Amino acid sequence: MSNMTATQHLEIIREKNRPTVNDYIPAIFNHFTEFHGDRHYGDDAAIMAGIATLNSTPVTVIAQVKGRNLEENKKSNFSMPHPEGYRKALRLAYQAEKFHRPVICFVDTPGAFCGVEAEKRGQGEAIAKNIAEFMTLKTPVISVVLGEGGSGGALALAVCDELAMLEHALYSVISPRGFASILWKDPSREKEAADLMKITADDLYNFGVCDKIIPEPVGGAHTDPAQTADNISEYLISAVERLSKLDIPTLLDNRYKKFRKIGVFSE
Amino acid sequence: MLEDLFKMVKDRFNEEQKDEAEASAPEIPKDLLFKCPRCQNVFYMDEFEKRKKTCPVCNYHARLSAKERLDITVDKDSFKPFDENMVSLNPIGFPDYEKKIKGMQDNTGLKDAVVTGECTIRGYRAVIGIMDSNFMMASMGSVVGEKITRAFEYATEHKLPVILFTASGGARMQEGIISLMQMAKTSGAVKRHSDAGGLYITVLTDPTTGGVTASFASLGDIILAEPKVLVGFAGRRVIQDTIKQKLPDDFQTAEFLLESGFVDAIADRRSMRKTLSNILRLHNYKKIGANWQHG
Ligand SMILES: [Zn+2]
Repeated sequence: MSNMTATQHLEIIREKNRPTVNDYIPAIFNHFTEFHGDRHYGDDAAIMAGIATLNSTPVTVIAQVKGRNLEENKKSNFSMPHPEGYRKALRLAYQAEKFHRPVICFVDTPGAFCGVEAEKRGQGEAIAKNIAEFMTLKTPVISVVLGEGGSGGALALAVCDELAMLEHALYSVISPRGFASILWKDPSREKEAADLMKITADDLYNFGVCDKIIPEPVGGAHTDPAQTADNISEYLISAVERLSKLDIPTLLDNRYKKFRKIGVFSE
Repeated sequence: MLEDLFKMVKDRFNEEQKDEAEASAPEIPKDLLFKCPRCQNVFYMDEFEKRKKTCPVCNYHARLSAKERLDITVDKDSFKPFDENMVSLNPIGFPDYEKKIKGMQDNTGLKDAVVTGECTIRGYRAVIGIMDSNFMMASMGSVVGEKITRAFEYATEHKLPVILFTASGGARMQEGIISLMQMAKTSGAVKRHSDAGGLYITVLTDPTTGGVTASFASLGDIILAEPKVLVGFAGRRVIQDTIKQKLPDDFQTAEFLLESGFVDAIADRRSMRKTLSNILRLHNYKKIGANWQHG
């Protein structure tokens, strides 16, 4: 258990040099081969997807791309996917199912992109479809939240058998800024919102949303990206091995129940 | 609901139409008028009511309470509610959330933002869910998520079709991550119902947005929308702030979605019972009684 506040975590994940999937993929996987496009509309650089080996096991990798600088961020739209990004992810997920490859998703987004074209091409439908289809995808699915995971735009890559979070990662219904803006009409109260929202890895572990907290080096992932990549890799190898032992009906039943049980009410 | 509507009309009228109203119709009590939020025309309330709260000029379908919707949709005395006493708790300890819920319950007579149950529509049995935007903009928290999920699970078990009238401002912020997870929970139940061969008809009503659009509202086998209603993922203001330009008037309307390919048909409220029962008939659901009544 860490004694840090959400705001302190937020400061660490906003570190300029915090590693992204562009650092992690080469460090964790071998033979990564990127595949583009949703086969309907276009290719969205906010989501990178392809196949690779993880400790010699073929896997499908689907990742939200946070840029390491302005240029990368312009290309990946600050990691805010359009519908075609989610549809590319789903296409690759179906392909993984067909060829019996486990799927590994990396979540790192403030949310799905909000814009005219995104609406016109069905942002809501694209996210909804991913959520529903990943629920019954007949192959293991593991999601890792690397930095921030915000709203349905994150959930579209986080319907999984196991959800892991890096120690300082945050996962929330909406970004703290959006939360402050909606509830208090004041986005500058972002930090206050972050501390209120219960969005740290520990909080989510306690809610049963997060299954595993992956430790980061002291001070955060940026202080030792190679060590962080090793920690992620070690977890992924064990999770793939663990989940691959389950027969598919059991896997899917467990996945359904993982989400089915979440809710706090009385009657 | 009705009081709200009167108030809304009165406020708008007072603000925007004061001079005109005083000049043209000084003898009409303002409470008897409805101003359409889409085309801005003003009508007698009884005319609007007679048309089941649709606009005589542009056919905008105004918001209904769950009770009003139930009354105009299901066969008389056929509705059997599910989970009537389910209430939200406060999973993230959001300040004053319990008080807010209590206030909403007192104002609306509802326990939370969705009513679910079993009914018949022109003799056809169906599981029905109706979201009510009077209750915290029908945002989805644990209760909405759980009731919708149970409704689908019941329908799957009993081989019944599901009809949902959606309306929502999105996920319920006050329940934090728990509300986000309701999107996965409900979508999972929809998927199981679908995989079991069950029919699910979505009727998009004013307004359907956010996390509800990005989950069960977009997953119907058949998606209908009432005329001129607002449907979208992101809020209009958020998009406007992002792109820094004015959005076209028809942006995120039912008609915009039809044109973009995301709804099957625009369905008029006044023939909704026929539309729905016809779809049920075409899916080989059997009538369970010829003696249904309506109204
Ligand atoms: Zn009108």
